[in-house]
Amino acid sequence: MDAIIRVNDLTKSYGPNLAVDHVSFDVKEGEVFGFLGPNGAGKTTTIRMMVGLTQPSSGTAFISGHDILRDPVKVKQTIGLVPETSNLYGELTSLENLIYQAELYGVARRERKNRALQLLEEFGLKEHQEKPFQKLSRGLKRRLTIATALINNPTILFLDEPTTGLDVMSARGLRKLIGDLKKKGITIFLTTHYIPEAEGLCDRIGIIVKGKIRIIDTPDNIKTQIKEIEILEIGLDRPQGDLKDLFLSLYGVEKILIDENRVRFYTKRLDQVASSIMKSLEDHGAKIQSINTLSPSLEDAFVRITGLDSELMKIDKPTKTGPE
Amino acid sequence: MGEIAKAYFIAKKDMGAYYLKPPLISWGLMLPIVFVLAFYFRNPMGIKEVVPGLIGLTLLFSCTSMAAIVITFEKRIGALERLLLAPLHIRTILFGKTLGSTLFGLIITLFITIFIIPMVGLSIKHPFSFILTILLSGLAFSLLGILISVGVKEVFEAMTMSNFFRFPMIFLCGVFFPVPSMPYPLPVISYLLPLTYTVDGLKHCLLEDKGTIPLYLDLLILLGFVLLLFSLSLFIFKKRIRQEF
Repeated sequence: MDAIIRVNDLTKSYGPNLAVDHVSFDVKEGEVFGFLGPNGAGKTTTIRMMVGLTQPSSGTAFISGHDILRDPVKVKQTIGLVPETSNLYGELTSLENLIYQAELYGVARRERKNRALQLLEEFGLKEHQEKPFQKLSRGLKRRLTIATALINNPTILFLDEPTTGLDVMSARGLRKLIGDLKKKGITIFLTTHYIPEAEGLCDRIGIIVKGKIRIIDTPDNIKTQIKEIEILEIGLDRPQGDLKDLFLSLYGVEKILIDENRVRFYTKRLDQVASSIMKSLEDHGAKIQSINTLSPSLEDAFVRITGLDSELMKIDKPTKTGPE
Repeated sequence: MGEIAKAYFIAKKDMGAYYLKPPLISWGLMLPIVFVLAFYFRNPMGIKEVVPGLIGLTLLFSCTSMAAIVITFEKRIGALERLLLAPLHIRTILFGKTLGSTLFGLIITLFITIFIIPMVGLSIKHPFSFILTILLSGLAFSLLGILISVGVKEVFEAMTMSNFFRFPMIFLCGVFFPVPSMPYPLPVISYLLPLTYTVDGLKHCLLEDKGTIPLYLDLLILLGFVLLLFSLSLFIFKKRIRQEF
């Protein structure tokens, strides 16, 4: 597959702060590419530069062969962007918002309404077509914003944190929708700070921290980066949080994760450390209820590659003001 | 699709979403009607002299009322980003915004003109020049509002700034007092303001050529204001986008 997005040394600085630091990568036609990183990593700034909203400090990107600096209008003609905030016009109805976007994107007059109605149907918004955008629920607003981004039949869809702030059902529906769009052959570039979302949706993932890309690969390949690590998960009869330091002091244990009464031991020498773990637990009167060995997850790989605590990735950005 | 068509769609959306709402229409009509009635009851015979000024004022206030805040407001709620994402040149966005506000100003001014001209027994001597004066003035005033809108960050700043420009114009631009009879240096300031040429041009068209500047010059200067204000707004708008997005 050919690269439909080519990013060359893209950089953005705000005064002395480097938000995006010489980022380069390609996205192949038809793939779902995810930018994964904590809040403030530079994901949104990168996406905004790629769609021509933010001027890069240096570097450039080619979208469908068009340079974002020289030909921003042509770039915008071929893409759709779903920003982090659902920012359609509150006073306009769902149908009016779609028709207005169709007008701005130069959709032929005779096709505008049909295209808008077709998208309302596809996105389950038909019964809300006469409702003003500001009266829709957050999940419906998100759906309409995505539908709007597809009004011009884009070849590439950019989604900035598509499920942030959505309830579980809406987020699940939206992930299914993204899968459906991929099946239609649309190239999808999304940013997210939810590791399972990136793993479930993306063909390839770029992990970005502090404006720099740490790794780009498929989720499976990223996980193999830490294949030497083995995980022993032990279920106990009661929480043992106070023993964390003791567990860490055991020979061969590299990391500990304690979640209520489950303890995960990360080690490269499982055969050697298992017995000392068991003995240590017995010595402290902890009753073992279950034992499992696990393969490293993408979350484990993320923590290993970035050195960040995965809890950081569960923090949403502060809610923005606006027609969210 | 042509840039003009896209600018028209922006204007049409703004008209539907903001301008053609009962509160804005009634406010747009109320101010000039109050002015007209106040002058009419004070001196029914002398009102003819101030009709060009009242029409000019109506155009100024109706064109700038929303233009001065529309971009600031849309920037605040995040909706301006939608326009910046669309395949549009910045100049098209600016022209669309200007067009919406100008059309609103023209509609309000048309109502007032239809109401006031038969009421005081005037007629339009040069209809083509009258239309041209109104059109160029409407564009210039809208662009003045747009210039404020792109230059400030907050809606309240835009409202304060627009009044800072508009209210002195009521007294300085020949609406109530002829510019040449003002004490120095007020005429110098008057000739720097677009409303002066609107009022003068309308005097030519409505009051048997009572304007003090040749009509063609009024029109040329108004055209100059349109080009200057558009270029200035475009420059500042582009700079703001680079800084804020």
